Amino acid sequence: MGKAKVKRTSTSIDMTAMCDVSFLLLTFFVLTATARTPETLVVDTAPSYSQAKLPDGNLSVITVGDEGKVFYSMSDPNVRAETLKSMSSRYNISFTAEEYEKFALTEDFGVPIKNLKQLLALESGQRTVELQKGVPVDSTMDASNELFHWVKEARIASARILKDRALVDNKDPDDIELMTVAIKADGDAKFPSLNLIIETLRNQKQNKFSFVTGLKAE
Amino acid sequence: MAELNQDSGGGKKGGKVRSKKNGGKVDLTAMVDLAFLLITFFMLTTSLNKPQAMDVAMPDKNVETDKNTDVNVDEHRSVTLVLGSDDKIVWYNGSIASPIYPPAVIDYSKDGIRAVLQRMKAEVPKKTGGKDIIVVIRPSEQAVTRNIIDALDEMKIADIKRYMISNRIMPEEVALLEKEGIYND
Repeated sequence: MGKAKVKRTSTSIDMTAMCDVSFLLLTFFVLTATARTPETLVVDTAPSYSQAKLPDGNLSVITVGDEGKVFYSMSDPNVRAETLKSMSSRYNISFTAEEYEKFALTEDFGVPIKNLKQLLALESGQRTVELQKGVPVDSTMDASNELFHWVKEARIASARILKDRALVDNKDPDDIELMTVAIKADGDAKFPSLNLIIETLRNQKQNKFSFVTGLKAE
Repeated sequence: MAELNQDSGGGKKGGKVRSKKNGGKVDLTAMVDLAFLLITFFMLTTSLNKPQAMDVAMPDKNVETDKNTDVNVDEHRSVTLVLGSDDKIVWYNGSIASPIYPPAVIDYSKDGIRAVLQRMKAEVPKKTGGKDIIVVIRPSEQAVTRNIIDALDEMKIADIKRYMISNRIMPEEVALLEKEGIYND
């Protein structure tokens, strides 16, 4: 006769904790997400099946447009400032402290160094691709091949900064990761313009580099 | 699950409005839904944002003399891919003067370059007594970056250990491309 009474409980669950956690995660992701900086020279990279990813920091990218226009970018603002310092003494062009500050905030550039002052005077929104005719590149190792020296000085600056940082942290200063050099070439860029970049890197014994590619779907 | 916290409309007898006590609970289902949707969005965009990288190693170059560092290898082992225009390749085995397999035009499809590489990869060790294949990728001036990336991709797919990009294209090879009509601007 004992009829078991099924206790009816409400099906609604307390979602407060779940909501808390999800918003915490949301906040975390929003804050850690690095805003994608718009590139001045937009290129359409060739797709590949490669699974490797480009590193986040300690990276410099040489962008080659489909007409052979070359842009250079360094990921670290400190490296940018140090590189400009070395470049200014090499090319005998002095920059003001304000210009150094502006250059440290410049994502990428594509002008000969003698026109860099004019570029830095512009607001970042005005530095269009039409105004920048590309970093001069040729097959030599002379001053006329500005990209050669930009890459070289950036590599030296990056190594120096990392070494100093390792010394401060009491780590082995010889155990540093060298800067990654990547080539981001337009899929339709002809081989001669790409070859100039490869030779520029090989001339400074940077025999290892990465091609930036898109993702190819099977 | 989702229930609406409706007020059961007062106005009972006596005109006394009785507010229903529900412990101040708000339905959070929609809010949680939205939060997770945003989390998913941010998670996916941050990791997918990173571009792919393809590592390339070039042979060391003697800068001082700029000497030709190409070494002569057993011609049975070397397969040369000359990249022409219009997404076409001319390949041959051995030397250009006396090729073992005469130059033939292929494309970047599965039946083109991949089939050739796989066949040669199996064939070369048999002919040379266990030595593996060496592929020389030689882009012509009319090749585009996409072609080089595709060719490097095929090396990975075919699992070819020894390959190199050579920029020393020979005049005979250019003539070959011109003859096949794949040296167009």
